[in-house]
Amino acid sequence: MKPGFDTTDCYTIEGKLALPYTYFAGRVGSTFITTLRDKQKIMGVKCKRCNKVFVPPRQTCERCMEDIRNNWVDLKSGGEVVNFTVVRYDDRHLPRKAPFVLGMIRLEGADSPMVHILEGVDPDQVKIGMKVKAVFSPKTTNTILDIDHFEPNV
Amino acid sequence: MSQRVAVCAVAQIKNQADIWYQRFQSMLFECVEAVIRETGVTFDMDKGIRNIVTCSDDVFDARTISDNGMTDVVGAHYRGEEKAAQDGANALGYAMASILSGHDDVILVTGHCKESQSESRRMCTNLAFDPFYTRPLGLDYLNAAAFQARAYMQKSGLGDGHLAEIVARARQNGAKNPYARDNEPVTKEAVLKSPLLADPIREMHWYPVTDWAVAMLLCCEERAREFTDKPVWITGFGSCMDSYFLGDRDLTANFALKKAAAYAFRMAGITAPQNAFDIVELNDSIAYQLPLWAEGVGLAEDGRGAAWIDAGGPDKQHVNLSGGMLNGNPIMLGGLARTTEAVLQLRGEAGERQVADAGRALAHGTTGPAGQHHAVIILER
Repeated sequence: MKPGFDTTDCYTIEGKLALPYTYFAGRVGSTFITTLRDKQKIMGVKCKRCNKVFVPPRQTCERCMEDIRNNWVDLKSGGEVVNFTVVRYDDRHLPRKAPFVLGMIRLEGADSPMVHILEGVDPDQVKIGMKVKAVFSPKTTNTILDIDHFEPNV
Repeated sequence: MSQRVAVCAVAQIKNQADIWYQRFQSMLFECVEAVIRETGVTFDMDKGIRNIVTCSDDVFDARTISDNGMTDVVGAHYRGEEKAAQDGANALGYAMASILSGHDDVILVTGHCKESQSESRRMCTNLAFDPFYTRPLGLDYLNAAAFQARAYMQKSGLGDGHLAEIVARARQNGAKNPYARDNEPVTKEAVLKSPLLADPIREMHWYPVTDWAVAMLLCCEERAREFTDKPVWITGFGSCMDSYFLGDRDLTANFALKKAAAYAFRMAGITAPQNAFDIVELNDSIAYQLPLWAEGVGLAEDGRGAAWIDAGGPDKQHVNLSGGMLNGNPIMLGGLARTTEAVLQLRGEAGERQVADAGRALAHGTTGPAGQHHAVIILER
């Protein structure tokens, strides 16, 4: 505390920001998410100029400035862990209790790895290069969590 | 039209863990009043401050259009006020551009943040992520940085021991800075035993919760002497935004920082950054970032950040003598804190940590997950 600061009559109040929203997922996002939900299939978008396949999808390749919104490609639901962290703290925004693993997973057929939850493996046993596959959620949330998590592909 | 822009004054409060007994408005008001006292600047519409650039974050302030809560504090009623919702280095860049373009002569730049207000800084930064692909996964600035830390440690050979050394040094330096957050000094051994938060990041590797406010007066070259005998010149500025998705980036390549630095160096006429600065302040919110950003601004060779630490690079090149972000500055204000230290050094007012005859400094700011945005400022005496 600042020396000499008079804290007489200093009072704090509790507050909270909590506001429900409805977000439009965009046309590209809508296609991606409804395909996840209805067909349990992960799709990416491919740039015809640089041939890179991106997931999560987007409507423009930011490198080539190419419109790629309709150039969908089917991806495998299996891939490889290229990076990971073990989240060892609890917080209200987290989808799991600590400790849990967040991985960067490069799906077969995609160039850009995507982040997702990794389960079914001891957090201390996760290795870069590990083969994993998507486990789809039985209950839809209309978000990326329609993939519930990834688990080792054995 | 001005050729150079002067920083005529900086005023800050001490970085502290929890200023629960002051609103952020009154934290910043102390700084604004100090700038007025020091420079004699007024809010006269012909000669005084007609434009103000503020920096703050809506979610940390828990009100949207967070500058709206500050307009009376910074004297912005009946004149121009713009907010940078981005690292405060961008607020300085914006004010500089405003003066260089001839739009105005004198601009007040401010920043404030009370990190202690929120239950969790990680929850706040989770809201920086989109609601479809990343926010539901619980991404925040800490766990996003953990991916970068792992990739960078693998590439550069940076180890847990290096990180412990970086933390211990930050606190040693912070202890010499009266405006730095008061932290317990730590040994390397204590840092090595600090619990893991998001592997490979340990609790002590992450900057502590901090409250702070700062104000600066910027002015065109022609009028700078009206406000100070010791102007510090902004001679270079650059900023760059990297891709949004972590998977779209090479997390160890410093793409955005190199671009930002290149812009700033070109403007300041710097061709050999390795030996160009007497003072360097890097925005190291997590320990691994000190050597990574040092590579990005050209102090260390690419992928050689660990060797740079081993060779005593931070001390040799006077990097983060203030204690750095790692010792404690709030989010968004890293670039302003780095610039504040650079200005004090160039004015010869850095006390126990003063570098003799410091003539040129580099100050760096970054925000966004895993350093998505970077800004570099060059300052000269």
